[in-house]
Amino acid sequence: MPSRPKHLDLFSIKLPLPGFVSILHRVSGALLFLALPLLLWLLQQSLRSIETYTRVSELLQSGLLRLVLLGLLWGFLHHLCAGIRYLLIDAHLVSGLAQARSSSWLVLAVSLSLTALFGVRLW
Amino acid sequence: MVNRMVTGAHYGLRDWLAQRVTAVAIAAYSIFVGAWLLLHPQPGYDGWTGLFSSNVMRTFSLLFLLAVFYHAWIGVRDIVMDYVKPAFIRLAIHVVVILLLVLYTLWSVQILWGM
Repeated sequence: MPSRPKHLDLFSIKLPLPGFVSILHRVSGALLFLALPLLLWLLQQSLRSIETYTRVSELLQSGLLRLVLLGLLWGFLHHLCAGIRYLLIDAHLVSGLAQARSSSWLVLAVSLSLTALFGVRLW
Repeated sequence: MVNRMVTGAHYGLRDWLAQRVTAVAIAAYSIFVGAWLLLHPQPGYDGWTGLFSSNVMRTFSLLFLLAVFYHAWIGVRDIVMDYVKPAFIRLAIHVVVILLLVLYTLWSVQILWGM
């Protein structure tokens, strides 16, 4: 299809809200994959012995790791909420433009609120 | 003739379904552990290892991690297929990702049963 019209000026294309949630689903998934070795290592150290558990607890006091984990927590919660939205779309429980938009808002709001809730509760 | 690529998906429907089945398993386990953490924000070493002490919990944890790794494989493969066009680079990334996930699987068994 060589003559198909193209418009790929990224500065004049505005991504619609469901598209924004969709690309964040992809980005958060990729980040979580890259974080797997860190998360597995933290799990291992936290279970191995009382000494390594204490060291991980101390590590978690540091600002940088906390920020990374809070970011990953948001990534996980966004991926979870957006994933539930896709399952509802698959089941035809969410359809049409209005619901596509409102459910996208809901995904953003719920994942950010849950991140804040866990952030406050766990630290 | 259909041009079959060595780094294609091959099994669209099967992976589509697997992505959803693993997602539900991951969600169920995460909500369980997340709720446990909200109820025990400072579990201490004994409380934390106590959660993983039974073989039932270790088995479900391993199943959860296997679901995560399979889910991650399908997702990463889809991303790579969308953005990486040269077949050789694509194949190389696929091989690295598969090797990593197999390593993580062996590591997970060590973590859960070596504690």
